[in-house]
Amino acid sequence: MDKYSLPLKIFMYFCIVIFFIFILLPFIEMFYASLRPLKHLFRSPYQFYSDDLSFWAYREMWNTVPLLGRYIFNSFFMAVTVTFFTLLFVVPAAYSYARFNFPFKQGSLWVLLAVNMFSGAVLLIPLFKLLRTFDLLNTYFAMIVPGIAFCIPTSIWLLKAYFEKIPVELEEAAYVDGASRIDILTKIIAPLSTPGIVVTAIYAFIQAYAQQFLFAITFNSIREYMPIVSGLTEFIGYQSVKWNEMMAASIVGVFPVLIVFVFLQKYIVEGLTAGAVKN
Amino acid sequence: MKNTSKLVSFNSPTFLAYVLIAPAVIYLLCIVGWPLFETFRLSFTNASIAGEDYVGFENYEKLLASSKFSKIAIRTFVWTFFSVLLKLILGMIGAVLLNASLRGRTIFRILVLPPWVVPIAIGALGWMWVYNGHFGILSGIGIRLGILDGPFSFLAYKQSAFIATMVTDVWVGTPFVTLFFLAGMQAVPKDLYEAAYCDGAGRFRRFYHITLPQITPVIISMSLISAVSTFVSFDIIFIMTEGGPRGATTTLIIDTYKMALGNYKFGRGSARAVMIVLMITTFAIFYFYLLSRINKKVSHG
Repeated sequence: MDKYSLPLKIFMYFCIVIFFIFILLPFIEMFYASLRPLKHLFRSPYQFYSDDLSFWAYREMWNTVPLLGRYIFNSFFMAVTVTFFTLLFVVPAAYSYARFNFPFKQGSLWVLLAVNMFSGAVLLIPLFKLLRTFDLLNTYFAMIVPGIAFCIPTSIWLLKAYFEKIPVELEEAAYVDGASRIDILTKIIAPLSTPGIVVTAIYAFIQAYAQQFLFAITFNSIREYMPIVSGLTEFIGYQSVKWNEMMAASIVGVFPVLIVFVFLQKYIVEGLTAGAVKN
Repeated sequence: MKNTSKLVSFNSPTFLAYVLIAPAVIYLLCIVGWPLFETFRLSFTNASIAGEDYVGFENYEKLLASSKFSKIAIRTFVWTFFSVLLKLILGMIGAVLLNASLRGRTIFRILVLPPWVVPIAIGALGWMWVYNGHFGILSGIGIRLGILDGPFSFLAYKQSAFIATMVTDVWVGTPFVTLFFLAGMQAVPKDLYEAAYCDGAGRFRRFYHITLPQITPVIISMSLISAVSTFVSFDIIFIMTEGGPRGATTTLIIDTYKMALGNYKFGRGSARAVMIVLMITTFAIFYFYLLSRINKKVSHG
């Protein structure tokens, strides 16, 4: 095949730089803002560089919003809980979809996809009433219960694609040899599908972390249970807005997802696209 | 013989299949199915915090008669259309770049994902900063270059706020589209390219005649998925502008939210939610209809 000529190569790298400036711009801006002293932020005209940048905001933010640590913990805790319950629902369901034929199978798969269309915001009113009826408003559950529901559909599709890749002959052989269904699930399927389950878990975790905002502002008004995304508003005070600390807290607040992402990024790229390409 | 009958029972529809999907299905029926039904029911009432009475089609009549609602609907369609279009174009450019055998592409593939990984609410905060007139970088660069003669707050004016929120939505959606386009491109058999190369087809012709047709299914499914999620995109607008300035960025979902949970008018809010569901469903059906027409044409010739 033909090699890239030098001008073409330069042009492509140029495009890549432009592309990534767009992708990373808000993060760079946030990080930069978190380093600048508050009075600097309001200095006009805009300064691209100043010599008094510091990490001061990263220390001061814990004093400005004493519950900040709690908010980050809340976000992490709720996302983990949502992930756990999502897997509990999704693993058996995805296995069933991958292995068995039954009436309404294809139809129900499409309905699952449709659930994604009615993303939380459309159903907020009855969800609000439902949670109120069960006295779950202003608890962790107010954000966890709907969170699980909106993680299930895509997770089933993701994991189903994984299970389908495991040769059915393996199970048939074990079945003929007298292994029970439970044995097959725990001794053959579970070990083989670990990568798929990991990808699904990562997907659910990221999704759960991201969707907290809407549920938090609608179903929860208790400070102790707030996730970081809504806790950030506390930097907006009566007198002034501590912008630099708010930006610092945002960066620290996304650390849990970033850590999960950095360690498992290989699985994410491979796993998310594995099921999609086939269809 | 005994073995075959065992195999048949292994693959046959069983009670077990239903038992395994039952928990997920029941959960979704409670948390999504019932609320959906309840939304329809509430849309025929004047429900509020105080209580509810059946009012028939009154909510819908009011909605369809109001010019404000049709304006919001049109605005939502325009916002969605351009956002999805940009996502597809940028996603395609990104995928072509990340698919090229250039040094550093493994790192590029990781770097493209953060907008998708980071909660939208936090990404939106970052963009608010970028758009800010006094301390945002865009305004800063604009002044330096002499394009702007003073601080310009992108979120404070109708047109620029509309475009600014759209760009942020494009930013949120692009990584996902890029990733799936990239995966589609990598699944294209290599020998197709080699054959075309031997026949003297240039880079652009190979892209147009091999890559594009081969990844058409991915393009089609990504445009549907993007369109639906963009149509009900909430966080970005709610955080950055709350639908302002003077309603310039109020989309259907923002209007619904404000009516239902800002004013506690559950009935009128539900009617709006039902309209959103109907629009999405109509769009999806129309989309699939078009798709089957295209498929037929392709297979016939």
